[in-house]
Amino acid sequence: MDEVIAGSPARTALRPLAFTGLLCIFSVLQGCALSDAPVLYPKGPIALAERDLLFTAFGIMMIVAIPAILLTLAFVWRYRRGNDKAEYAPDWDGSWKIEAVVWAVPAAIVFAIGTMVWDSSHRLDPYRAIASDKPAFKVQAVALDWKWLFLYPELGIASVNELAFPADRPLSIEITSDTVMNSLMIPALGGQIYAMAGMRSEINLIADEPGTFTGRNTMYSGDGFSDQHFQAHAMSEAQFDAWKQKAAGSSEALDASAYAELHKQSVADPVRYFTSYEPELFRTIMQKYAPAAVPHHGHAHNSGEGDS
Amino acid sequence: MLGRLTIDALPFYSWVAMGGAAVTVGGGVAVFLLITYLRAWKVLWTDWLTSVDHKKIGIMYVVLALVMLVRGFVDAIMMRAQQAISLNSEGYLPPEHFEQIFSSHGTIMIFFVAMPFLTGLINIIVPQQIGARDVAFPFLNSVSLWLTAAGAGLVLVSLVVGKFSQAGWTGYPPYSGIEYSPGVGVDYWLWALIISGIGSTLSGINFIVTIIKNRCPGMTYMRMPMFTWTTICISILIAFAFPALTVVAGQLTLDRTLGFHFFTNGDGGNMMMFANLLWIWGHPEVYILILPAFGIFSEVVATFSRKRLFGYTSLVYATACIALLSFTVWLHHFFTMGSSANVNAVFGIATMIIAVPTGVKIFDWVFTMYRGRIEFHPSMIFTIGFMVTFVIGGVTGVLLALPPADYLMHNSTFLVAHFHNMLIPGALFGYFAGLNYWFPKAFGFKLDAKWGVRSFWFWIIGFYLAFMPLYVLGFKGMSRRMEHYADPSWQPYLIVAALGAVFVLIGIACIAIQLYVSAKKWGSARDITGDPWNGRTLEWATSSPPAPYNFAVLPEVSDIDAFHEQKIRGEAYRPPQHYEDIVMPKNTWIGPVLGGLAFVLGFAFVWYIWWLVALSFVLSLVCVTIRACDDDTDFILPAAEVARIETARRAQITEADMHDMSDFVPRGAASGAPLPGTV
Repeated sequence: MDEVIAGSPARTALRPLAFTGLLCIFSVLQGCALSDAPVLYPKGPIALAERDLLFTAFGIMMIVAIPAILLTLAFVWRYRRGNDKAEYAPDWDGSWKIEAVVWAVPAAIVFAIGTMVWDSSHRLDPYRAIASDKPAFKVQAVALDWKWLFLYPELGIASVNELAFPADRPLSIEITSDTVMNSLMIPALGGQIYAMAGMRSEINLIADEPGTFTGRNTMYSGDGFSDQHFQAHAMSEAQFDAWKQKAAGSSEALDASAYAELHKQSVADPVRYFTSYEPELFRTIMQKYAPAAVPHHGHAHNSGEGDS
Repeated sequence: MLGRLTIDALPFYSWVAMGGAAVTVGGGVAVFLLITYLRAWKVLWTDWLTSVDHKKIGIMYVVLALVMLVRGFVDAIMMRAQQAISLNSEGYLPPEHFEQIFSSHGTIMIFFVAMPFLTGLINIIVPQQIGARDVAFPFLNSVSLWLTAAGAGLVLVSLVVGKFSQAGWTGYPPYSGIEYSPGVGVDYWLWALIISGIGSTLSGINFIVTIIKNRCPGMTYMRMPMFTWTTICISILIAFAFPALTVVAGQLTLDRTLGFHFFTNGDGGNMMMFANLLWIWGHPEVYILILPAFGIFSEVVATFSRKRLFGYTSLVYATACIALLSFTVWLHHFFTMGSSANVNAVFGIATMIIAVPTGVKIFDWVFTMYRGRIEFHPSMIFTIGFMVTFVIGGVTGVLLALPPADYLMHNSTFLVAHFHNMLIPGALFGYFAGLNYWFPKAFGFKLDAKWGVRSFWFWIIGFYLAFMPLYVLGFKGMSRRMEHYADPSWQPYLIVAALGAVFVLIGIACIAIQLYVSAKKWGSARDITGDPWNGRTLEWATSSPPAPYNFAVLPEVSDIDAFHEQKIRGEAYRPPQHYEDIVMPKNTWIGPVLGGLAFVLGFAFVWYIWWLVALSFVLSLVCVTIRACDDDTDFILPAAEVARIETARRAQITEADMHDMSDFVPRGAASGAPLPGTV
């Protein structure tokens, strides 16, 4: 059995080396062309904080991960059969010192990262309003098959598959769905939250400066899912004024029949603007599914968060 | 008469679907003809399909897993091929087809590859490891196997008659509800889950009882081999977690079939309850898949390091901690559903806590190798590959457990890479290690090591090529389950990932060649002693393949490494004073027939053929009644026959076949065993 198992000692020796070599080449290759990765190079403080958390936790975990990998490879090499120089202790099966270290060090790391979790989960809670000297720009987003409808209560207009907002104000998006479960995400600005029918969820984001970012539904929702993305434009004051002009120039109004038409399934819809929409449309859409859950008085944000 | 089953259910609407159907039907016909040509139907029926022998049931489970692995992999490579070419184009698969493929890939790999693979290995090995003659409920074991096979059959048949689910392997409503998925696909998925899930629950119960009640004299809990420990932990997890899956699938079935509103958008339904119930099963399920592999790694690393397992007690507690904690973390699958920061933080921290016992396990294996004499058997190479690769998956797992980081990575290919990083090295490599390690026990001859090593290299290189790019694509904002995409910078990564799938394909081919080559020259690699690797635990004390009763005389143990101890004391192959009659369970046709009826029941439900539902249900009850009224389910193997089998086995073993234990003896003070020659 022995001769077929081990191969020649030299070949056995090369295996871990070849393995690490492969890993290195691969990570070098992957280093290229990442400057456009929105998660790694975010364009807003929320996404930046989320990314930094990712990096910090990654760094801390290397305290355990690197020794684990290196010790594995080192012991495999050192204690290979045939290396008679290495010690052999067939009955050695425990050491309280080693046990203490391997329980305590990961536990300490988890404690450290755990405190980060507690702090960051609250600090980066998507529902939490972003502190700013300017009031948040409120948008209502409705997930449809397979497009996004954005309502701008401040402006009384609506857009499909395009989101525009002033770059110098926090962006506060109320989200619901008039179809299956969706998830709204603009990776460059920060993480996502589900859109669910009859429920209202919320996400608060802010951009560093004017720019255009891709947003999408990340939750698989059917045949048109792959095309359910949109551009989010953080605009300077002048740009935003121009955009308002352009949107207002549309001849369409989002009345009940236009909404019924829009609600039908469609794939890769072009950007559209509506000069007006039905009052309380967002609340009407939610009430369709949960008439009892949404109070008739007051505004949508009284109707509870999307949690259970 | 036939419900909603019409001629339109046949896949004449697309070439790809027709190809899939043709391969499925062709494969079935080929197997049928081969068995007929070999005139093997009678042997197959009497010796295998109706068998209640845990070893044969185990082998059938593993065969099912390997067949389904090929099917699940075909799905995988089709997805990789589609995404490699579908930049701003439809590729070669329309969305509805791509969606069926990713749904069936996940369903098959979890329920019909990983579950039967681990259940098969447990069946073959655990009764032997605990020195038992059989499982606690041999007939129930046969029913479990055939229910699992019936579920697998439903998934396979969906390729030929009708379509499979397009709702993903997790089938979240409301998309999987009747309003958004009106076809039969989701019903196929649900009935495959319900039927095989009941089979899994029954196996879990069977192994809890087996391990608690059937251990041989002297085998206290803290002397059970690690694989047995992981088995009892996952059996408990199965018994508690799988009912949740069955219930949630049942509720969705009621929604779809009878117009209930558990999870619908309106009318009081709540889709969030589905997510909760599904993952209350789903997270323990991850550990159900991984812990047995951890058990296998523990056995393999000790055997091939030629050393006692380091930190046995620690490993036992770590396993138990993981099992317990696995029920406390399910919400991390949907941090983005809008729970409050407090809830998310608690579940995030609970998730990270699991990383501690898991890390401990890795280090315990590392220190088992320390001062060992490592032999690079394929199973050991799979173990080493696992240890290195799994650490990466563990790190990305903790990253995803940070709720704010999860907001960025959820639903992305980073997540896909993470769970494949856990399940391929963590579970599948463990099962492959188990396959290479225990194959001689099941079949009496060793697997070819060269092809085993080759399969490892193709698998691991394929794994890195296929999934490291997906981690990066997650950073680049790519969502999972995209049939096509518009970002040209994603394509190079997807091409590399497709290349990885090709490597894995070669890895699978290597396993097939390994099986073929080994079977061809089996005579030269025969395992005469039943202990080809100088093993340490009791399964190596039986012959290979074991006699139907495993142990002519139940062993008595006084150490974790019971068989190792026997060998050191020179007691391993000593004939007993006398043999006794052994009571054995009789084979029965009821297991496979019940499986067949469950398949028909599921199929009839899928197509709304109500009379057939009623008929198959009544016939199942009749079968169960027949079994319940049958008092003649055992037979007695006389002592003389046992003596004949055992003597014949011993006659083949010569001194030269036995392992040299001299390494262990002089330093084996720990056991206090007398030196050989002094006994």
